[in-house]
Amino acid sequence: MTDTLVSSPGPVPTRNRPSGRVRADSSGRLPLTLSSGLGLGAALVWFSILVLLPLAAVVGAAAAGGWGSFWGTLTDAQTFAALRLTVVEALLVTVVNAVIGTVIAWVLVRDQFFGKRILDVVIDIPFALPTIVAGLVLLSLWGPDSPVGVNIVNTRQGIFLALLFVTLPFVVRTVQPVLIELDADVEEAAASLGASRFTTFRRIILPSLVPAIAAGSSLGFARAISEFGSLVLISGNTPYETEVASLKILKFLEGDNQDGAAAVAVLLLVVAVVTIVALDVISRRVARRG
Amino acid sequence: MADTRQIRARRGPVAYALRIFVIVYLAALVLWPLYEVGKQTFAPAKAGAEGGFAAFWERLSDPSVTYAFNLTGTVAFWAVLINTVFGVGISLLIVRYRFPGRRVLSVLVDLPMSVSPVVVGLALVLAYSTGKGWFGEALEGIGFYIIGTTPGLIMATAFVSLPLVIREIVPVLEEIGTDAELAASSLGANGWQTFRRITLPSIKWAVIYGVVLSMARSLGEFGAVKIVSPGAEFRGETATLLIQNRYTNYQEPTAYAAAFVLVLASVLALVVVSLIRKEDH
Repeated sequence: MTDTLVSSPGPVPTRNRPSGRVRADSSGRLPLTLSSGLGLGAALVWFSILVLLPLAAVVGAAAAGGWGSFWGTLTDAQTFAALRLTVVEALLVTVVNAVIGTVIAWVLVRDQFFGKRILDVVIDIPFALPTIVAGLVLLSLWGPDSPVGVNIVNTRQGIFLALLFVTLPFVVRTVQPVLIELDADVEEAAASLGASRFTTFRRIILPSLVPAIAAGSSLGFARAISEFGSLVLISGNTPYETEVASLKILKFLEGDNQDGAAAVAVLLLVVAVVTIVALDVISRRVARRG
Repeated sequence: MADTRQIRARRGPVAYALRIFVIVYLAALVLWPLYEVGKQTFAPAKAGAEGGFAAFWERLSDPSVTYAFNLTGTVAFWAVLINTVFGVGISLLIVRYRFPGRRVLSVLVDLPMSVSPVVVGLALVLAYSTGKGWFGEALEGIGFYIIGTTPGLIMATAFVSLPLVIREIVPVLEEIGTDAELAASSLGANGWQTFRRITLPSIKWAVIYGVVLSMARSLGEFGAVKIVSPGAEFRGETATLLIQNRYTNYQEPTAYAAAFVLVLASVLALVVVSLIRKEDH
């Protein structure tokens, strides 16, 4: 802590920076002064209280019983069934979104028709809605009082639909800007060389969309794995049938089994961290290529 | 370029099929359900009873509902305030200063968005609840309780919306560079003056954008709040918890009315955000 508070005089000479009272390094960053050092200290204390210590407590509780009990909790038949259902549903939703999200982005960028701008706004609604409201919204059409006579409550199809709803914007919003920026000349060249539209799409357009689709899909997958609010009203929470990981955590907690809850939570945390790292790798690779 | 536009504009049957598919998909997944919520909100509670706006208003005027919206408003206000102050400060530190662990910190502040809300709630319980938490005993000793009280709700809400302000400010700070700030300080401005007169005006829209996003997220937070709140009527029942409790207790009209208010709030946030985006560019 102390070396962040003491400001060392920056010995690094800079290229063309005007020399102020303090020296900046080549990136233009200043060494800490007393006041900014105190600010950093205060920010770190709050960040630790709010985020780091609680997350450490989760890992601590999961590790408290040792590896055996951690593994035992996760491989317990009922917990394992919930984890498997979560992963399978999330994978299915991710695959569907990768395809449909790309199609939606394509139509929104390349097609012109009346009402297109409204659809563009509609894409953002699932993000903007509170998750519990998202669940209620779906139930108003596909629930017990459904005007079309379809009831998804306590079915795996219901979970699938809820996940599809909350992850709708991810792929669309990552692919859309790439599609807008795409260079027309290459498509033109391909077409003039006799490539069919499908060939042009498959050989020219799709390869440049793949990083964006991958980024959007991994965000969507992470969201689907950890989704809670929209599933509370829809999933009936029946063990082995419609119980997902996040609801399993709630059930553990309500049954006063903190270590069990923590074990499942650590698994979700690992997925979250892996996703962040994967995204970082993807975006760096894209940045290097571009 | 006219050629390209022609090539791109020429539509075969596939293009029309895709267009119809997208319209039907979005209508079935988003638009139709939203319409049904509106219909349910203004429907009469039983056959013969009064429907429309009067019924909607009566459901919202129930004391437990006003309590829930008051609580949600209070919690969201404090969470957004804390996140804005913290967000502006940490963004300035990460972009403008160098210190050991700077890169690690900039990755860590992004983490809360990727953590499941249930895990957020669980984490706060395991750290601060009396009896189960690491610091529960110590906090009890000084008579301060976090879990089951409004400060706990504020912490849970602040946790999940923490990166929203930072994500908006950091790119803007990186883009504007330090020239104007260095010029100001070489002309004798102190740190606060430089911040207020130079830095703040240039990140103004980013801050507002972040505040709107955090506000929308805070008003609608459910999972984390669900875990740390007692969640009973007049006792820590926020608007989102009220929706769940009423819906599962067969009081759907109240649930739909409260949900409709939150839908309006999120649509309003979407509109404001798109207006800001226009203003900014």
